Amino acid sequence: MLTFIVRRLLLAIPTLVFISIVIFLLLDLAPGDPLAQMPLTIPPEVREKIRLSLGLGEPIHIRYLLWAQQFLLNEPLHFIERLTGLNVAVDGQRVISWQTRSPVFDIIAQRMPQTLWVVGLSYVVGVLIAVPIGVISAYRQYSWFDQIGTFVSMVGFSVPTFFTGVLLIVIFAVHLGWFPSIYDTTHRVTDWNSFVFQVRQMAMPVAVLALYNAAQISRFMRSSMLDNLNQDYVRTARAKGLRERVVILLHVLRNSLIPVVTVIALGVPTIFAGAIITEQVFKVNGLGQLLITAIYANDIPMVQTLTFIFACLIVLFNLIADVLYGMLDPRIRYD
Amino acid sequence: MTDAAVAALPATASRPPRSQWRDVWNQFKTHRGALVGAAVFLIIVLLVFAGPFAWPYSAELIDIRARNQGPSLGHPLGTDQLGRDMLARVMAGGKVSLAVGITAMALAVTFGTTIGVLAGYFRRLDNILMRFTDLFLALPLLPLLLVMVMLFRERLASTFGPAMGIFLLIVVSIGLTAWMQTARVVRSAVLAVKQQEFVLAAKSIGTRERRIVLRHILPNVLSPIMVSATLGIATAIITESALSFLGLGFPPDFPTWGRLLYDAVDYLQQHPERVLWPGMAISLTVLSVNYVGDGLRDAMDPRIRGR
Repeated sequence: MLTFIVRRLLLAIPTLVFISIVIFLLLDLAPGDPLAQMPLTIPPEVREKIRLSLGLGEPIHIRYLLWAQQFLLNEPLHFIERLTGLNVAVDGQRVISWQTRSPVFDIIAQRMPQTLWVVGLSYVVGVLIAVPIGVISAYRQYSWFDQIGTFVSMVGFSVPTFFTGVLLIVIFAVHLGWFPSIYDTTHRVTDWNSFVFQVRQMAMPVAVLALYNAAQISRFMRSSMLDNLNQDYVRTARAKGLRERVVILLHVLRNSLIPVVTVIALGVPTIFAGAIITEQVFKVNGLGQLLITAIYANDIPMVQTLTFIFACLIVLFNLIADVLYGMLDPRIRYD
Repeated sequence: MTDAAVAALPATASRPPRSQWRDVWNQFKTHRGALVGAAVFLIIVLLVFAGPFAWPYSAELIDIRARNQGPSLGHPLGTDQLGRDMLARVMAGGKVSLAVGITAMALAVTFGTTIGVLAGYFRRLDNILMRFTDLFLALPLLPLLLVMVMLFRERLASTFGPAMGIFLLIVVSIGLTAWMQTARVVRSAVLAVKQQEFVLAAKSIGTRERRIVLRHILPNVLSPIMVSATLGIATAIITESALSFLGLGFPPDFPTWGRLLYDAVDYLQQHPERVLWPGMAISLTVLSVNYVGDGLRDAMDPRIRGR
């Protein structure tokens, strides 16, 4: 198993290099000019100096390597410095956002908690809803519960999150006034009342994403349960007189969860992408919203870094899914 | 998958000859959701493409005195902030959204099928093409799409005109980021078909490879292609609406369902019903297409068919 993980990690390096080159080239070939929004009164020679200070004067491969050095070497060093207080990153140039002139990773660190709370919680809620629904749907296949469950999951899977989000705002924020429609990030939880407010403002974004996740996962759960319910070992378990609850919850559920767990792991990075839209709907200023504003402002270092982080998440969770599959399913051995 | 081969044999004397597509249709008919989905999708397509001819208002007609009206007999879906008829706008938006969905799907499926068939049939290409597919699967697609649209919008708009340029850009970028699933499914289907006797027979009578692929392999992997094409329309429509919703799709005077939804969000407090129409249109279309895809998958699967 360890050799497999090491081999996969080594294989991930060329993948990440390829992705970073694609992102870098795509942004570099773009016609957008980062100085376009500066005042026209800046004389041309000063303008040229600003371009040089932004690192735009070098040829492309040098700039790529510089970016890689900043991203892969200087940023972790700065992180260690902050964590331990050791003076390791003396003069390493950090990745600087063109928009705010501050290090990209500082801004990301500010935005991360909002995204993680909303996205993470919605994913957990989604899984918690999806698994029982999938199990009951499969166990009572073609019952009314199954019919309704399949229909709801089809709807949840088909209706885009930007519509469910807006719909929830119309119903619960505009008409009923139960929840605020805009997420207040400056809100601090200090006592019971502020905690209730936090729960209320998180309810709608979490519900939207949770419905979407639950719809997808419950479909997988149901079909995986159906695959397992007809297996011989289920008949054996019943034949030796085990109670139905033990058969389903201990034997079938555990085996059906194997593919579902990998699907859940694979879904984590796509959730971050989906959160871009949900964050925009509810005005949560998390990572997705950061990406959108950076794209609008032509802030290339920020866009590069964020996209690359998303790509790293995808590669990482692919690896996690594979490792989990090997650990959970004794039939699959990688060595 | 052997059904084509079976059907080509002389049928047993008593029964009329069965064709594969008749079988598929018979199975498809038993899937109620798929039938309803197909009907709804056809109705939407018909409304969107034929509707504007029967409807007196045009989507661009500005009637400032009739602005912000609620649903009435003259304007069943009301009017927007410039007095444009919402029904006409939803129909016009649907035309663009459906056109984008279908074209982008066609592009993605063509590309994916080509890669899948090449990887499945030619052993030499398999490894490199599949690694290539894996690389694409590891790309963060929505951020990349946003970046692509943002970066190349101006340039394409100036070359092909604002509407056509954005259309091309969106279709191509969706097509380029949606072919991977098709490629994988087609490859595995080709790998299965390749082992069968009729391919060997074709090879042994000296058929050229190009002809084997086009005449023998491709028709037999049509079912996974069709299923992924159907589901591809749904994803493409959602992706286009998402781009428009984030303000990175079509320009404002060029309605699509996503764009209408995006514009309506500004008037959420005063006119919440305006969000409903385009949103319902997107959801209904995607839902019906997904049901058709589900039904097709069942109908095309010879293991399920006939049960």
